[in-house]
Amino acid sequence: MSALSLRGLKKSFGGNAILNGVSLDVEAGEFIALVGPSGCGKSTLLRILAGLDHADSGEIFVSGRDMSPVAAADRNIAMVFQSYALYPHLTAGQNIAVPLAMKRLSRSQRLPLVGSLLPGQKEIRTGIAHDVREMAGLLKIDHLLDRKPGQMSGGQRQRVALARAMVRHPSIFLMDEPLSNLDANLRVHARGEIVELHRRAGVPTLYVTHDQAEALSMADRVAVMIGGNLLQLAAPDVIYNDPAHIEVARFVGQPRINIIPALAENGRVGFEGIRPALLEKVANGPVSLGIRPEFVKLSPSGRSGLAGRIERLEFLGSEVIAHCRLDASGDSVVAKLAPQEARDLIAGMKVGVVLAPEQAMVFGPEGKRLRIAAGARQEPAYV
Amino acid sequence: MNSIPAGRIIRFALLSLGALMILAPYIFMISTAGKTQSDIFTSSLSLIPQRFYFAENFAKAFAKVPMATLLWNGVVVCGLIFFFQVVVAIPCAYAMAKLKFRAAQLMMVLVMLGLLVPIHATALPLYVAFDRMSLLNSYTSLVAPFTISVFAIFMFLQFFRAMPDDLLHAARLDGMSELGIVARVIVPNAWPAVTAFAIFSVVAHWNDLYWPLIVVSKQAYATPPLGLMYFRAAEAGDDYGALMAATLIITLPLVAAFLLAQKRFVEGITMTGLKG
Repeated sequence: MSALSLRGLKKSFGGNAILNGVSLDVEAGEFIALVGPSGCGKSTLLRILAGLDHADSGEIFVSGRDMSPVAAADRNIAMVFQSYALYPHLTAGQNIAVPLAMKRLSRSQRLPLVGSLLPGQKEIRTGIAHDVREMAGLLKIDHLLDRKPGQMSGGQRQRVALARAMVRHPSIFLMDEPLSNLDANLRVHARGEIVELHRRAGVPTLYVTHDQAEALSMADRVAVMIGGNLLQLAAPDVIYNDPAHIEVARFVGQPRINIIPALAENGRVGFEGIRPALLEKVANGPVSLGIRPEFVKLSPSGRSGLAGRIERLEFLGSEVIAHCRLDASGDSVVAKLAPQEARDLIAGMKVGVVLAPEQAMVFGPEGKRLRIAAGARQEPAYV
Repeated sequence: MNSIPAGRIIRFALLSLGALMILAPYIFMISTAGKTQSDIFTSSLSLIPQRFYFAENFAKAFAKVPMATLLWNGVVVCGLIFFFQVVVAIPCAYAMAKLKFRAAQLMMVLVMLGLLVPIHATALPLYVAFDRMSLLNSYTSLVAPFTISVFAIFMFLQFFRAMPDDLLHAARLDGMSELGIVARVIVPNAWPAVTAFAIFSVVAHWNDLYWPLIVVSKQAYATPPLGLMYFRAAEAGDDYGALMAATLIITLPLVAAFLLAQKRFVEGITMTGLKG
């Protein structure tokens, strides 16, 4: 039984379909990153899961239990928001204590003044204070407990938000771009910390982000969502090396994959020297050829490969990105080169563009991946 | 020393002139409160009294007008009105700003309409109603018509709209009911809006003469401006020195309150969003 199952979730706002039947399973202890461009419906999906919004149709199960009649507060799902959403008038310690107080204290015990006179509440409050301190210790924010959110930095607020979500030991953890308000250095550091916390707590986590690098580096499995459709759910290396859809291939990888229009003819794809045989039956017509920039080589002599010209070179330290244009077809091709390979290259020069045919991926007219004959494609060296 | 640019001098002079024009009547009132009867009616106009008569005028005002009753009535009426306005307007504005329900559009139209209709238009039917209920000459008749302030709803609505939705989502996930959200999240963060509204409400109702004049005919329930009117009509006749002294006493609480809390008030008016 999966920790969390979504079955055919659909949602539309005023005729605009936001979710087109999303199904997803999160196994116990798993970290799944839900990645996609802005507006693809990933935040809506998260809100529906949390019970803050309702799906038009579809079902949600947490450990096999149907969640549709359960209110947000009773689902035991915790969420970390992009804006952290800390209560501005409470200190960090009070913020972390809120979910515990709401759960453990009765309605009358929560009343100001009167509540503090009722029997039994003192022990509960001591317990809450203890749990808050323990959680603060885990996240190393003990020294911040008396500060208000306005007096903390972005990174500190983010930790307090994490602590508030973790303190009640939720059965599912949802995170809505929790790192996107941090500066770049802090973000890379915080990635590692969140993964580490997840490993220790073991709570199944659904992590929404628009940053593909974040998704690939943190998650056990990555779910790529585009235009309200879940296009692929797989391990990060499969998402990168074996994308099921052209949009997945385009979205994942930096610089972006080269997509070159080609023609399918009698079961083979034809583009210049690349002629892989298709395993699936495809009508003759246009298809797309995808080649990752690291499988494009440039020949300065121009003796091998397709004739082209370098339009722009980007030096990135450990690698050089060359933007080229093919003379014959006018297609633009990006190559990712090691600095020593790029030593003799200058912008504007004529080069031979060598595409590795065994690394090409073929996508059908609707963007679906088409398998090509074995041998034509090898597993790439790990990148 | 640096010379001050001419533009700045002109601006400063214009502002000072404006301030002086606004303040002039009040200053003249203070001055009159310190003059003797004969001094007031001389043909020459002077700000400084010939003989300082403050003590006598104030003594007369306190002796002839039940000042304590008037001020107490003012405090009770303004306090009750403000309390009920806030209690009604905050949940209402919260629902309209953050909850989705079918009548939201209609309610917005009603609020706008409410902003357009002044108390003067409804005064007569309200008077008749209070009369039938035998509620004239009571705090109820002074307070009840103002307990639902569309202006307050409108103002809080604007303020709540700027509050981040995520904050409310977090509160719901933490287990708060909608009422709990209002009490524990909205109200503690709405102080700037509440203080700003407090100025408008308290000033308007402290100074209001129109409505008390309609529903109150007994000194015991008179608000400060109404009490002054009785004083002028019945007791003082043409004793303007004592009348001005009484006026001074009545305006003083508002002036003092504003001066003391000036910083918070300005904060309240200028601050529309939450600091993160």
